[in-house]
Amino acid sequence: MTIDPKIAPAVAGEEGVGRRDFLRAVAGFAGVTLAPGVMLYSYGAAARPLDEAVSGKVRWGMLVDVSRCQSDCDACVSACFKENGLSAVERPTTDAQWIRKVDIRDPQTGVTRSLPVMCQHCAEPPCVDVCPTGASFKRADGIVLVDKHICIGCRYCMMACPYKARSFVHETHTDQVEAAPRGKGTVEGCTMCVTRVDAGNVPACVEACATTGNGAIIFGDLNDPASEIAQRIRTYATSQIRSDLGVDPGVHYQNL
Amino acid sequence: MARIVYQEMKQPRAFFYGLVSLHAAVIAVGLAAAYYMEHNGHVVTGMNNQIVWGLPHVFAVFLIVAASGALNVASISSVFQKLDYKPFARLSGLLAVSLLIGGLAVLVLDLGRPDRLIVAMTTYNFKSIFAWNIYLYTGFVVIVAAYLWTMMDRSAAAYNKPVAFLAFLWRLILTTGTGSIFGFLVAREAYAAAIMAPLFIAASFAYGLAFTILALITMCRSMESMLMTDEVVYKFRSLMILFILAVLYFTAVQHLANMYWAKHQGVERFLLLEGGVYTAVFWIGQILIGSIAPMAVLAYGPMATTRWGITLASLLVLVGGIAHMYTIIIAGQAYPLNLFPGMEVSSSFGDGQVTHYMPSIPEFLLGVSGISIAMLLAAVAILFLRFLPKPETVVPNA
Repeated sequence: MTIDPKIAPAVAGEEGVGRRDFLRAVAGFAGVTLAPGVMLYSYGAAARPLDEAVSGKVRWGMLVDVSRCQSDCDACVSACFKENGLSAVERPTTDAQWIRKVDIRDPQTGVTRSLPVMCQHCAEPPCVDVCPTGASFKRADGIVLVDKHICIGCRYCMMACPYKARSFVHETHTDQVEAAPRGKGTVEGCTMCVTRVDAGNVPACVEACATTGNGAIIFGDLNDPASEIAQRIRTYATSQIRSDLGVDPGVHYQNL
Repeated sequence: MARIVYQEMKQPRAFFYGLVSLHAAVIAVGLAAAYYMEHNGHVVTGMNNQIVWGLPHVFAVFLIVAASGALNVASISSVFQKLDYKPFARLSGLLAVSLLIGGLAVLVLDLGRPDRLIVAMTTYNFKSIFAWNIYLYTGFVVIVAAYLWTMMDRSAAAYNKPVAFLAFLWRLILTTGTGSIFGFLVAREAYAAAIMAPLFIAASFAYGLAFTILALITMCRSMESMLMTDEVVYKFRSLMILFILAVLYFTAVQHLANMYWAKHQGVERFLLLEGGVYTAVFWIGQILIGSIAPMAVLAYGPMATTRWGITLASLLVLVGGIAHMYTIIIAGQAYPLNLFPGMEVSSSFGDGQVTHYMPSIPEFLLGVSGISIAMLLAAVAILFLRFLPKPETVVPNA
């Protein structure tokens, strides 16, 4: 297997490049993104040292205030595409969409809403249950990811996901970014910008929504009673998409 | 009953070699198609982020379901002591293994990363029914191989009964696993039901018997000899009618339950009335061609109890089987996931929209090559090992 130099750091643990190089690269990346302007959008916690295991005491989640989200705004979507190198090749049915804006209308009242839908990072993720090799997995902190090394491209997770949150890499993409390696023939989806989160920052969609959007999305630790997200979920009525399925999504919606 | 003597395929006619050559050619084209899709990515197929399992899965699941059913004739003879079926037990076991290998080959070649098959064989998530199926499939091949050994080697004959029973039990579990691949999908309204398992078991009986009958008819023609007595033809006919009725019954119950639940009425309206090509495939393909027509052939008319009759009915059942799998797998995905019940939904990702799927030629070629892989494997085995009964030894119970 040859490794695209652009994605080499992300596969360092297994191929050629050593673990130290990999950690150095990620640390460097974290350092860049911790530039002063971006600090505004960190979630207040210190970055987790990269040699420390992810803590199960944390459960990362998001809260989307749908009343603030505008139909004509796609700041979160654009930011996700840029952050993760999801350049569209104008094939709408096969292009990846890790996050999308969904417009809904109540046929009885005519009320409309617009909201972003991405991987809901479920506590009981059906994609993880069905994955034959364990490539779909949930980190201790609740982030649901795909291990690109052992995904065989069976797409069973895409069949199982209630949120249509996953995309299949239908063709080779050469314009990849370091933080999000994309392998043809494997499945991918929102990573909650895991490298940013590990570096103490918020996901790109959350940052974009705050800066160029309408400040509809907040990110934080659902398990920390002092966090803004936990306080708002305690204070206001919020909902989860298809909560009837019992998969307990980590993405909550307010005013849906 | 006279002692049954088995033989290799003796002096096959050109017809046999013609068929073998045809299957070899189809396999070559299918492998080329798989390479083309693997090399370029699934972008060259009709599959997309909405229809993630396409025509290769239709053929693969069809063959895997048929494989377990092909063991029926052997099971009836060994487990249920119906000696009329014993002459065909070896062929039945052989077809079970070869059909399974054909189906699995298509399934593997349609993976995004078929080169990682070794990962699938060594890294397991035991909560996944898919992972369990990998064990069920490999176990099936091993158990049926052992079963064939107990049938073909007199020194192992003592183990025939327990191994036959194990194979029968295993095939029921295997098809339960295959049906549950769909039945366990919580959010897919067309599938999420325990009835998928018995539905698949009933379907396996019908498809497996159809393949067995067609293989026997082909062997008769290849050897210019009569392998099936009229009595056996009559028994196969009755079994086939029973199996088709069983599939119809479970299909009816599946749809009735969905129609009863308000939350599933949308998907039922789509499948049964408003789904366009999918509705047509269901009513014309599965119900008319795959169920009503073969039953009509077998129950009425001049061909009812003839070899021509069961041949035609078997072909119809197999065409209907492909339509059945197409309805389940493709139509079930074409209907949109219901993220916001009761709402009108739209997005750039096809939310709220029915997806139209146009299978590509390479997909079709890969799918069909699965049938050819199964048939070629069986043909080669029949050529060199004693799978077929000697015609003069196949006599009905006196």
